[in-house]
Amino acid sequence: MVGMAAALAPEAGAEYADVVFNRRAEREGVRPVVFPHWFHRIRFRCKVCHHELGFVMRAGANDVTMADIVEGKFCGMCHNGEIAWSTENCDLCHTGKPGLPSGIHGGHTTVGPGRW
Amino acid sequence: MRAGRSRHRRAAAAVWLVAAMASTGGAGAREWRPLDDDGVHDPAAPGLQYLQKPSEALSVLPPDTAGNRVNWVEALRQGIIKPRTNVFPETKVNLLDLDVIFPETSEMPMVRFPHLVHTEWLDCANCHDHLFKKKIGANPVNMFKILEGEYCGRCHGAVAFPLTECKRCHSVPRNDLIR
Ligand code: HEC
Ligand code: HEC
Ligand code: HEC
Ligand code: HEC
Ligand code: HEC
Ligand code: HEC
Repeated sequence: MVGMAAALAPEAGAEYADVVFNRRAEREGVRPVVFPHWFHRIRFRCKVCHHELGFVMRAGANDVTMADIVEGKFCGMCHNGEIAWSTENCDLCHTGKPGLPSGIHGGHTTVGPGRW
Repeated sequence: MRAGRSRHRRAAAAVWLVAAMASTGGAGAREWRPLDDDGVHDPAAPGLQYLQKPSEALSVLPPDTAGNRVNWVEALRQGIIKPRTNVFPETKVNLLDLDVIFPETSEMPMVRFPHLVHTEWLDCANCHDHLFKKKIGANPVNMFKILEGEYCGRCHGAVAFPLTECKRCHSVPRNDLIR
């Protein structure tokens, strides 16, 4: 029961709903990527990303690569110099701490009883 | 009829309630960790200084005690934020004003699911039909599946307000409904 209470308390640190991408980043010599939901939802409703733009609503379910982004897919649907600043601003996305696993951080876990 | 609910589940949910209440005890303070000390950003990352601080953006929005400590429903309702509904002009923006009551909540107040609040943020396809069949009572929802990240728990506990906020979902006292 103590364990449950501890797992329900927010993870000390990361802002609620921050998502880390680190499938390839660190292996390829750049910092992991931190995607802040709070920042984006002030500007866009969920449906823009999760319906119009087709992001699957499951952390880790989108196989995002840098080549795809530069070609205008995933983050690149907006980070194209039109809706938002372009992909040249490597440092603004690649701000993650080395060693972080991909997935949602700063939340109450929603991925199974083993986690709470 | 919904799938039957076992005593085991009910007892376990009661234990969970106590645990949840203990864990939300100190949730009054509205504080946001600085990015260079939040455990996910690298303090040495050169881009960090250009990013907006959560405290700067979130402290001016209507308060809440959990999640981002922002009441996002109010922020939208009051027009304090104006998030875009679409980026392509041809996209159809769907809204629906229909409340659904989930009655099988044992000792807890019943659950009201408001379509309107949800469709302000989400499209029908975000829930129908992969999370919920489009028929009242047709989904075997229960608190344990929600805690496992299914049904309501796909969003609540990840991005929308967390599952510790029992009363925001369990908002309908039994004797409020004439049955
Ligand atoms: C600017 C785009 C964007 C917006 C707006 C957005 N999301 Fe997301 N969302 C993402 C991305 C990117 C991911 C991570 C996907 C991945 O890891 O493959 C994600 C992941 C998620 C997940 C999965 C979490 C998990 O634990 O698996 C949920 C749930 C979610 N979003 C819900 C929402 C909700 C609810 C809203 C609106 C309040 C929203 N999102 C707004 C881009 C967005
Ligand atoms: C809009 C955000 C964004 C910007 C800007 C950005 N990246 Fe990425 N980048 C990502 C995401 C998301 C991934 C996927 C990370 C993962 O899962 O490992 C990624 C992955 C990578 C990878 C890993 C290998 C691969 O091909 O996926 C490298 C290397 C990379 N980026 C380099 C760069 C460089 C260099 C720049 C600047 C020219 C840049 N990125 C700008 C978001 C961004
Ligand atoms: C629906 C459009 C959209 C999508 C999709 C999107 N972004 Fe953004 N993003 C924006 C806008 C708009 C801004 C703000 C630009 C500005 O300030 O000029 C932004 C800003 C950011 C910032 C800077 C936040 C700050 O503190 O200033 C980061 C980091 C970021 N995005 C990462 C990502 C990553 C990573 C992805 C893909 C996983 C992504 N974004 C997908 C629209 C989007
Ligand atoms: C995001 C909304 C939401 C939140 C938050 C929430 N619940 Fe539930 N709860 C539900 C729904 C939906 C059901 C299913 C009701 C039905 O099937 O008729 C349910 C069912 C239950 C049941 C009935 C038994 C069972 O296992 O299904 C109990 C007990 C319960 N919740 C307790 C809680 C407690 C305690 C909290 C807070 C710690 C909580 N709930 C938070 C939505 C929520
Ligand atoms: C956040 C998730 C979510 C979204 C978004 C959503 N719904 Fe639903 N919908 C539900 C739930 C939950 C139920 C009730 C299911 C149950 O009782 O088991 C439901 C039930 C329904 C029903 C059945 C009503 C009845 O009388 O049986 C219809 C029709 C429906 N939704 C249409 C829509 C339409 C149209 C949209 C978009 C405008 C939409 N929904 C968006 C979750 C959602
Ligand atoms: C696809 C994502 C998603 C699913 C699934 C979902 N919600 Fe929500 N819900 C949201 C978002 C986004 C909000 C806006 C508030 C926030 O982000 O904290 C919200 C808000 C709410 C509110 C607050 C309404 C208000 O007026 O303040 C209630 C109650 C609620 N949800 C209940 C439920 C219940 C019950 C279910 C399951 C039957 C459910 N939600 C499923 C995303 C979702």
